[in-house]
Amino acid sequence: MPDIAPPQDPGNALQAAMPGVLRDTHNFREETTLVVAPEDVVATCRFLRDTPGLVYNFLSDISAVDYWPEQERPERFGICYHLLSMLYSRRLRVKIYVAEDEAEAPTMTGVWPGANWLEREIFDLMGISFTGHPDMRRILMPADWDGHPQRRDYPLGYEQVQFSFNAEEIMKHKPLAKE
Amino acid sequence: MAVIETPADAPDVYRWEGNIEELRGLVSERAFSGETMLLNMGPHHPSTHGVLRVLLELDGEQIVNAVPDVGFLHTGIEKTIEAKTYEKGVTATDRMDYLSPLSNNMAFCLAVEKLVDLDVPPRAQLIRVICLELQRIASHMVWLGTHAIDLGAMSVLLYAFREREKVLDMLEMLSGQRMMGSYFRPGGVWRDITPDFKPTLVKFLGEFPRAVEDYQRLLEKNPIWIDRTQGVGVIEPERALAWGMSGPSLRGSGVNWDLRKSMPYSGYEQFTFNVPLGEHGDVYDRFMCRILELWETMRILNQALERLDDSGPFRSDNRKFVPPPRSELGQSMEAVIHHFKLWTSGFDAPDEEVYAAVESPRGEIGCYLHGTGGNMPRRVHFKTPSFMHISSLPLLTQGHFIADLVAIIGSVDIVLGDCDR
Repeated sequence: MPDIAPPQDPGNALQAAMPGVLRDTHNFREETTLVVAPEDVVATCRFLRDTPGLVYNFLSDISAVDYWPEQERPERFGICYHLLSMLYSRRLRVKIYVAEDEAEAPTMTGVWPGANWLEREIFDLMGISFTGHPDMRRILMPADWDGHPQRRDYPLGYEQVQFSFNAEEIMKHKPLAKE
Repeated sequence: MAVIETPADAPDVYRWEGNIEELRGLVSERAFSGETMLLNMGPHHPSTHGVLRVLLELDGEQIVNAVPDVGFLHTGIEKTIEAKTYEKGVTATDRMDYLSPLSNNMAFCLAVEKLVDLDVPPRAQLIRVICLELQRIASHMVWLGTHAIDLGAMSVLLYAFREREKVLDMLEMLSGQRMMGSYFRPGGVWRDITPDFKPTLVKFLGEFPRAVEDYQRLLEKNPIWIDRTQGVGVIEPERALAWGMSGPSLRGSGVNWDLRKSMPYSGYEQFTFNVPLGEHGDVYDRFMCRILELWETMRILNQALERLDDSGPFRSDNRKFVPPPRSELGQSMEAVIHHFKLWTSGFDAPDEEVYAAVESPRGEIGCYLHGTGGNMPRRVHFKTPSFMHISSLPLLTQGHFIADLVAIIGSVDIVLGDCDR
């Protein structure tokens, strides 16, 4: 049995090794979320995977969340990387925020190749593209589909009724109506 | 530009012209010169277990590249749940992995319970464990039957479906439906077990070991079976982890990871069971892992049956989240108010995010849930094992024959409803 390093607190370890990267830490129901900038997320995940005492060796999930129509947040989308450490049996969430007009994030396929399809799914349903991704195509929707169905402003199978007070807002998020 | 042309004298039905330029990077350069052949397998093919299309690049009969194409069963379940209250969302989760709906229910209920901090009474947890393990048997029986029939062993399918039917009958006793019962609800289960459930389960557990023994004996040492499965579709533990494989497909490569054991939920820590592991990571080892898992499942069921009392709470009595029993409605005004509130607007959950995962028969089903502060979620995302397993299909199949592809698809046990959601 090889010696196993004692578990470290991921937030403190990240702060010590890569100062300035960690923007925010959030705890809810014994789940830790580390918020980092989009450009730092690949280096952060690589650090969390390879450091003794952390060893988050498994990428459980990547999920994107759309905060529309909340105006107080500067960025519209959040992307959560759910990491799992099999050695210490614990989970960690690394989160980045992406603005609507950029809607781009670096790809995680270099760290975990399994991120390939998870990122394609986010591109397809949420409309966030991943730079450096080897195969950025739609995956669940047909290739010629208009719009990204998982966005909060995409209607659920019906047209949203336009009134004078919200007509402009609905037109803005309706790609088909403009043509 | 390279274009596939149909011969001029071909009948119109065969006339198809496609641009293969868009496949650059997905298939090897040899496909463009015509040295290797491109062939579509599916989406209507019995051994793809649903509607999976695989674009194969073939050198003779050998697979050079495989490009899986999914999405034919995409029904927007995650989008649908966003417009439903938390309790109604459970119904939609049934339809994802249609061979083990209760595992999906479990992942979603765990996430909701975590989000609103709702406790589940021990007896409800026990009922849940019994259901989950019964569901595992039902799902493994379908896997065993279809996997065997893919490789030419016809009779196993007929036997396996007979056993599965017995399990589905028991689930029907509980929830009133054979498959999509939505039996688990946030806070517990929908209703108590029926009086005839326990005797039926006891009878089933008496018969089932003999059945598994038979199926195991039919295949385990069968020379044809061994020929077709050993050394096929090998994946090393490192690559399996990097590609996000989980469940028996990961344990077939020798990685000791079972969420029931390592990160127990719903009281799994109280049960004694082993986690069967493979060694070589080939089709045969994944097959043996699942077969041995059936024995462990029976151990868990036997232990659970001993502890299950005939009566007791089957769901939480926290009236803010769980509707009161029908009998209280005639006597208590409070109960009527709670009933009305819960069935009209449901309960509110905080604007926070949680992730809950369970070990389904196929691997880790994870549920990411983000509340809004209101009664409907902002975002639900399911990480499903089949999605990850199909994405690693190119890795597993490279260099094998087409016939082996069928064995490999069967061995990772994919369900397309699970993949496409």
